[in-house]
Amino acid sequence: MEKYLYIALFAPLVSSLFSALFTATPKKQFVGIVASLLIFAAFVSSSILLTHIIGGGEVVHVELMTWMATGDLYIPFGFVVDQVSVTMMMVVTLVSTIVHVYSIGYMDHDKGFNRFFAWLSAFVFSMMVLVMSDNFAGLFIGWEGVGLCSWGLIGFWFHKEIATWAANEAFIMNRIADLGMLIGLFLVYWNTGTLQYEGAFAAMPSLDPATLTWIGIFLFIGAMGKSAQFPLHTWLADAMEGPTPVSALIHAATMVTAGVYLVVRSNELYDLIPHVGLFIASLGAFVAMFAASMALVNRDMKRIIAYSTLSQLGYMFVAAGLGAYWVALFHLMAHAFFKALLFLGAGNVMHAMHDELDPFKMGGLKKTMKWTFIMMTLASVALAGIYPLAGFFSKDLILEVAFVEHHYIIYSVLLITAGLTAFYSFRLIALIFHGEERYKLFGIHPHEAYKFMLVAMSPLLLLAIIAGSFKISYFEMVTNVLPELEYHIHHPVTFWIMVIGTQLFVIAAIAFAYKKYANSSVKVPDGTSKMENSIAYKILKNQYYIPYAYEEYLVKPYREISDVFWKQVDLKIVDATVDGIAGIIYSTGEKTRDMQSGNLSTMLKWMVAGTVGLLSLAVVFGLAVRYFDEILAVLSGLGV
Amino acid sequence: MMEIGLNHYLILSTILFAIGLVGIMRRKNLLLLFFATEILLNSVNIAFAAISHYYNDLTGQMFAFFVIAIAASEVAVGLGLLIVWFKRHGNVDLDTMSSMRG
Repeated sequence: MEKYLYIALFAPLVSSLFSALFTATPKKQFVGIVASLLIFAAFVSSSILLTHIIGGGEVVHVELMTWMATGDLYIPFGFVVDQVSVTMMMVVTLVSTIVHVYSIGYMDHDKGFNRFFAWLSAFVFSMMVLVMSDNFAGLFIGWEGVGLCSWGLIGFWFHKEIATWAANEAFIMNRIADLGMLIGLFLVYWNTGTLQYEGAFAAMPSLDPATLTWIGIFLFIGAMGKSAQFPLHTWLADAMEGPTPVSALIHAATMVTAGVYLVVRSNELYDLIPHVGLFIASLGAFVAMFAASMALVNRDMKRIIAYSTLSQLGYMFVAAGLGAYWVALFHLMAHAFFKALLFLGAGNVMHAMHDELDPFKMGGLKKTMKWTFIMMTLASVALAGIYPLAGFFSKDLILEVAFVEHHYIIYSVLLITAGLTAFYSFRLIALIFHGEERYKLFGIHPHEAYKFMLVAMSPLLLLAIIAGSFKISYFEMVTNVLPELEYHIHHPVTFWIMVIGTQLFVIAAIAFAYKKYANSSVKVPDGTSKMENSIAYKILKNQYYIPYAYEEYLVKPYREISDVFWKQVDLKIVDATVDGIAGIIYSTGEKTRDMQSGNLSTMLKWMVAGTVGLLSLAVVFGLAVRYFDEILAVLSGLGV
Repeated sequence: MMEIGLNHYLILSTILFAIGLVGIMRRKNLLLLFFATEILLNSVNIAFAAISHYYNDLTGQMFAFFVIAIAASEVAVGLGLLIVWFKRHGNVDLDTMSSMRG
């Protein structure tokens, strides 16, 4: 089995290095094909490992080599395939295989075709390191690796200033959170003496609760950055400047779920500190609603889906925070499938509409883009959580968890959010695919995407529909390592009222969205309508003025302080000191170079002077040694 | 009649050394520079021989012989170079010998 572990881990690396060979050359089709095949090999290996684990096989644990061994610190490059990591491996390799194939078509006319695959495969490799590592240090390497690749891919079209800005924003926000994570790791090592998951979690129950709380908080700060939780959420929407396959893979299905993975992986820690768990759940519920509200009015197709991702990440944190780790992981998996599908569909629409992102300028696309229409609609149905699609099983489960655990506020927030989710998802679908063909005003002739792109998307469609049916077998597998908690509402009447009530609520939200946006009276908004001038609309449209506040109250003061420090401290103290030392040496050299006149007579004179100087020094020193006691007596007499 | 002791020899040696040193610094003629060098070396030889006699130890005198031998070879090489220089440039002035200057 170790062989498959190595293939799953290193095939993406090989793919990345291979593609990197061609980055400086024009587009080569085979680069994309080879990369896709290698990622597919990783996917096949992961599937073999999955069947091995499901079949009750041993957890595969390998130690590649020693990384650090100094004193008591021992960190190996160790990798583990257990029930949790194999789930993540499946999600990562499956979605990335599809995204790789899809990108061959999507990046068809792009000059950076080869470079794109190098970055994308490098991302997959980092993500595999993140999920497969058996210690916190390896996880951190993967964590930073995905951050780097995310930076490279958001800023992939680096000639667009806004793209580079968004890339830097994402990178810097993640650095801030990573500092928290790093402090968490130091605390773990300091208190348990190891970074291996097994050893560290085994040592934790005997630690003092305050320490554990700090560890939990700092690790969660890291998770907040990667999973874009409030207040570090602004980067995710801006990250939509990257190519759409990147948004599908990194900013929907895999990287942003790394935070959830971290919390799930540290379940033994968070079980010991339920108050931090409650905080995580509350923050998750808040983010779920907060992000969904911003998605209601947004006029950028990809941003709407990004906010939806944010909102769903909130759901996952609710589940993880309340101790239902397997539910969080299950929603993570289901979400990865339908959200990646939604993004890839959005990519098709963008291609058809020549990179137009405003859904108000589309409309009626279902005629020309039938398959994309079907896929995106089904993905949205899954996202809204309608029976029997994937979202129903995973999302309703989170609602049940909140209900069973008696957190009724969280439950109601999530319930309302479910309605909002359904509304904005179908607002988007209605605006893009139904109603008048408003794009004709802008002279665009849409066309369906390449056949193979649609075929590549079809496994996601299938999984978005059927993923819910894996619930039982998934539960049996994953509860080998995660706490085995089943959530049953004991009273059957309550249960049915809840399920049917939620379904009706969601369907009503969908119907409302269709009624409002699918008719022929929808016009391209010009900022004059009553709704657009209402305060609530403006607040939501400006994302609660949070990016504005960050810019005004954090970035600008920071910039001013940096300016002051640069001019006052750096230039006047640091630079002046260094330049002064250099200046003294330089001027000494300048003055003494006259000695080297090349004239033999002068040089002989200097030689004699040097000899006399050294001799006198020797005499003085010799005398000082001989009369040391007398000199000391004289000096002490002077009171020195 | 004052007896001539070690100090007299050492004073003579010092005077000769000073004369040689001044010669090295002041002279511009390469040939005279060699003379001055010889004076320096021989002043040291005097000091060696006198101290050797004073301590009844032959090592100093042996060393003086070595110095004489090396001085002779140095002068032989130096004069050879000097003659070549004179043939090329027509003088042996130190101030003109700066072709290696950077």
